[in-house]
Amino acid sequence: MSNKVFAFVALAVALALAAVTQLIPNEYFFTAAYTVLLFVILATAWNILGGYTGYVNFGSAAFFAIGAYTTVFFYNAFKAPLAVGIVAGTLVAGLAGLGLGYLTLRLRGVFFAIASLALAVVLYVFVVNWDYVGGARGAYVLQPREIPFGMPRYIHLIYSVQLLMAAFALVVARAIEKSTMGRGLAAIRDDELAAECSGVPTLRLKIFSTMVSCALMGMAGTTFPYYLSYIEPSSAFSLSYAVNSIAMPLIGGMMSWMGPLIGAVLLGTVQQVVQVTVSSAWNLLIVGVLLVLFVTLAPNGIMGWVDAWRRRKGR
Amino acid sequence: MLGNGVVGISRRVLGALVIGFALSGTALAQQPLKIGFGMSLTGPLAGNGKAALISMQIWAEDVNAKGGLLGRKVELVYYDDQTNPATVPSLYSKLLDVDKVDLVVSGYGTAVIAPAMPLMMQRNMAFMGLFGLNVNSKFKYDRYFQIMPAGPDPAVDWTRGYFEAAMALNPKPGTVALVGADAEYPHLALEGARVHVKRLGLKVVYDKTYPPNTVDYSPIVRAIQATNPDLVYLASYPPDSAGMVRAANEVGLKTRMFGGGLVGPQFAALKTQLGPLLNGVINYEAYAPDINRKFPFLDQFLAKYQGRAVKEGVDPLGFYLPPYAYAMMQVLEQAIKATGGLDQAKLADYMHAYEFDTYVGKVRFARNGEWSVPRMLTVQYHGIGGNDLEQWTKPGHVTVLYPNEYKTGAVKAPYHENKK
Amino acid sequence: MEISTALLLNAIIAGLLLGGFYAAMSVGISISFGMLDVVNIAHPAFIILGSYIAYIVNDRFGFDPIVVSVVVSPLFFLLGMVLYRIYYVCFERRGQESLRGLAFFFGILFITEVALVLIFGVDYRMVSTRYGDVTWRAGAVDFPMRLAVPFLVSMTMVIGVQVFLTRTFFGRAVLAVAQDQLALRLMGVDPVRVKELAFALSIATAGVAGAFLIVIQPVQPAIGREFIGLVFAVCVLGGMGSILGTLLGAFVLGLAESFTSTFFGPSWAPAVSFGLLLATLAFRPSGLLGR
Repeated sequence: MSNKVFAFVALAVALALAAVTQLIPNEYFFTAAYTVLLFVILATAWNILGGYTGYVNFGSAAFFAIGAYTTVFFYNAFKAPLAVGIVAGTLVAGLAGLGLGYLTLRLRGVFFAIASLALAVVLYVFVVNWDYVGGARGAYVLQPREIPFGMPRYIHLIYSVQLLMAAFALVVARAIEKSTMGRGLAAIRDDELAAECSGVPTLRLKIFSTMVSCALMGMAGTTFPYYLSYIEPSSAFSLSYAVNSIAMPLIGGMMSWMGPLIGAVLLGTVQQVVQVTVSSAWNLLIVGVLLVLFVTLAPNGIMGWVDAWRRRKGR
Repeated sequence: MLGNGVVGISRRVLGALVIGFALSGTALAQQPLKIGFGMSLTGPLAGNGKAALISMQIWAEDVNAKGGLLGRKVELVYYDDQTNPATVPSLYSKLLDVDKVDLVVSGYGTAVIAPAMPLMMQRNMAFMGLFGLNVNSKFKYDRYFQIMPAGPDPAVDWTRGYFEAAMALNPKPGTVALVGADAEYPHLALEGARVHVKRLGLKVVYDKTYPPNTVDYSPIVRAIQATNPDLVYLASYPPDSAGMVRAANEVGLKTRMFGGGLVGPQFAALKTQLGPLLNGVINYEAYAPDINRKFPFLDQFLAKYQGRAVKEGVDPLGFYLPPYAYAMMQVLEQAIKATGGLDQAKLADYMHAYEFDTYVGKVRFARNGEWSVPRMLTVQYHGIGGNDLEQWTKPGHVTVLYPNEYKTGAVKAPYHENKK
Repeated sequence: MEISTALLLNAIIAGLLLGGFYAAMSVGISISFGMLDVVNIAHPAFIILGSYIAYIVNDRFGFDPIVVSVVVSPLFFLLGMVLYRIYYVCFERRGQESLRGLAFFFGILFITEVALVLIFGVDYRMVSTRYGDVTWRAGAVDFPMRLAVPFLVSMTMVIGVQVFLTRTFFGRAVLAVAQDQLALRLMGVDPVRVKELAFALSIATAGVAGAFLIVIQPVQPAIGREFIGLVFAVCVLGGMGSILGTLLGAFVLGLAESFTSTFFGPSWAPAVSFGLLLATLAFRPSGLLGR
């Protein structure tokens, strides 16, 4: 399937889903689905760097928070509508990713991981001390009273927006994967030195995919202040974003765009269900146990099983 | 006028209808009245959240023992919000849309109350908040009520007692150091403190915040000491309350008044852990054994709570948050009984208009949903010896400095003299 | 603010004491991550586990937490051996250690944390020691025993590890593992065995550091996460695979924190520490004492 066709299909599916689900009377569906979609975007975005090149970004929460706080900034400064926040947040996060990549991607992968963690701490402190966006006290971002497209409530809107953004992230991830660039990235993952020697512009490719990956993570955060109405640094920089954006692609499979999608939908849904059925201490336990089980027993995730099954059938 | 046949039929129909009504009547009576909320059962504030939950469970048992509300059994439906605001919108929409609860109340603290507000406003629900500080200043929702006795202007009333007590010192203090953790509550408290500082013409010599996960607090206390302030106002959460109090002792902080807004020493855990280190510290409390005659209502609550709390491993004193969690439910209970239903508008109107008689005393709400009169006590800890809990249940260790109607003594200044 | 000598001296002492504690927390990472290339992100979870063991024994029998931790360190050593075996079989042998190994330790981190929550609940726990509230004063400078005692034990431990690694055959084998496994094999040493014991040693230091932690501040299961960044920062800042570098990195971070807190604003302390780390990574990636 060509990129254009896929983009069209993804968009159509997202729009159809958004339209059909509007009929669901119960608002819980939308809040739960919003959270799952948020993880779909984060996992897909993380995978563009982590899965395709093998460079681990520990700072997903930081880029997520950049997106969220850009929205807050534009809301505070100009009462700007959501769309402005989405565009700006994506750009700012992308720029931050570019900077981080430029400074540290020359190093071994593990140093990049630590640098991304350090960046998260530095940004956290910066936001805590920046009173204009609420600082440590947090900021209120009130949902507008008028809701476009005749939707009954604001959550319907941000859910639909999130759905479209998830589709967009998937289209980007797939396009990169199927392009020549995707093959270059895969070469980096398999053997960076060999790739470098055979003329793959490794640094440029890495920096580019870091930028795209971080920009999409920022995009995931842009609707978050509207979702919560109240945002404070510790919830925006929560470790759970960093962990889930790594865990979900691992569980789903990191070699293709479908892995993070499957992982995020699966793990995200399980977490939502566990939260309202058993206690949430168990929620963390489930993530932990699933992670350990998958990486030890199914190193290529769910997509790894699917591929193995396909190969067996093809033979 | 009616033919026999018709009467016959209608009798049968009537009979069926009567049976039907009777059935649906009993079905209704059996269907419990569900009250939903999220509560922090894991995460940093879980200790407090669990204590509140047990209070609310005791309330539900009490009500059900008396035959329930509106003839229905009361059932609490609650989820763990993990002390994480991000979980709140989906928990409350689940409560309303899937569990179909009849009423909701909030979890513990500002950070989890605020994210529930938009949903409450969309659904026009009457919403009781549990210890949120000034949540309604942004939302201005006329069906929001809050049970912590912070008063109608929480940002400013919260710190009033400390500064009133300070201005009673002789000679009057001139300089003040403001310090607090980087989190929502301490920043708000410090903001209020700055208002008083300005009003009273004090000079601020130190005004800084610290990250709540600091390991060693002594450099902060030394930096404060270097500015030699007359007063030190501190707003902190439990782990850093402990850290700052320890550091003040280690460094030997010399100032006339220290403390003010420490969250944590209200609960048994920090009272016993810090023990004598608390001597001389100024803080806020909701209750002090020295004035138990003015809080006769509390005994009824404590009789129910304390034994249970020890068994469940939560705050065994129950002076601070737990009675208010119970009282929050009493307010709802009385409003439901008085309005005879669950009409949210009527409930809110009633809660605005009338006074409630609860285990935390008589409660009347101001227009913004806060207590119409602040009742948080400003106190100073004295003569604590050792780390046992028993001494805290007896009068003589917690002097009430403010409000004046509860006052039992004046500040013993300077702070460091209390260590001897 | 006027900078007085006393304030300056105290800032230095406080920074060094804090650095000593940071060194104890990070020395294990310096071994596992710096020398063995095992990204043990669960290291702080074992520190917290050490805190809780010290806490139970202290609470029940009143023994000193640090003594307890030294006594039970063989248990941590065993735990480390088991853990490394699993890690080796599942990841290292398959040659997929980097990312999946990391995720594995993430999982271990959560499982440990939840296990502690289920057993002990989420309340902050503290220990009582005889020196906990004592401060020793020398002129204008004070040494709170709460930090000074862990500092002294930590120095003994870190220097002990350094001596062990540089002066014993086994220790040199550990250092060699990081550089040339083949040479090691030719010398008749099994690199896996060496790594196993070295990893076990790193976990044992975590147990002892846990006792320091609970002497210094109240502990709750989830606070381990706060230290993930710190231990890696110390290790990378000082230079990978060098114990003395780790010591130096720990002191630099401790001093940075205490100076920022004293003279600038405590709120910025973590940004200064991690900013230092970022700058090191960008401009001198081999660390302060790196090879």
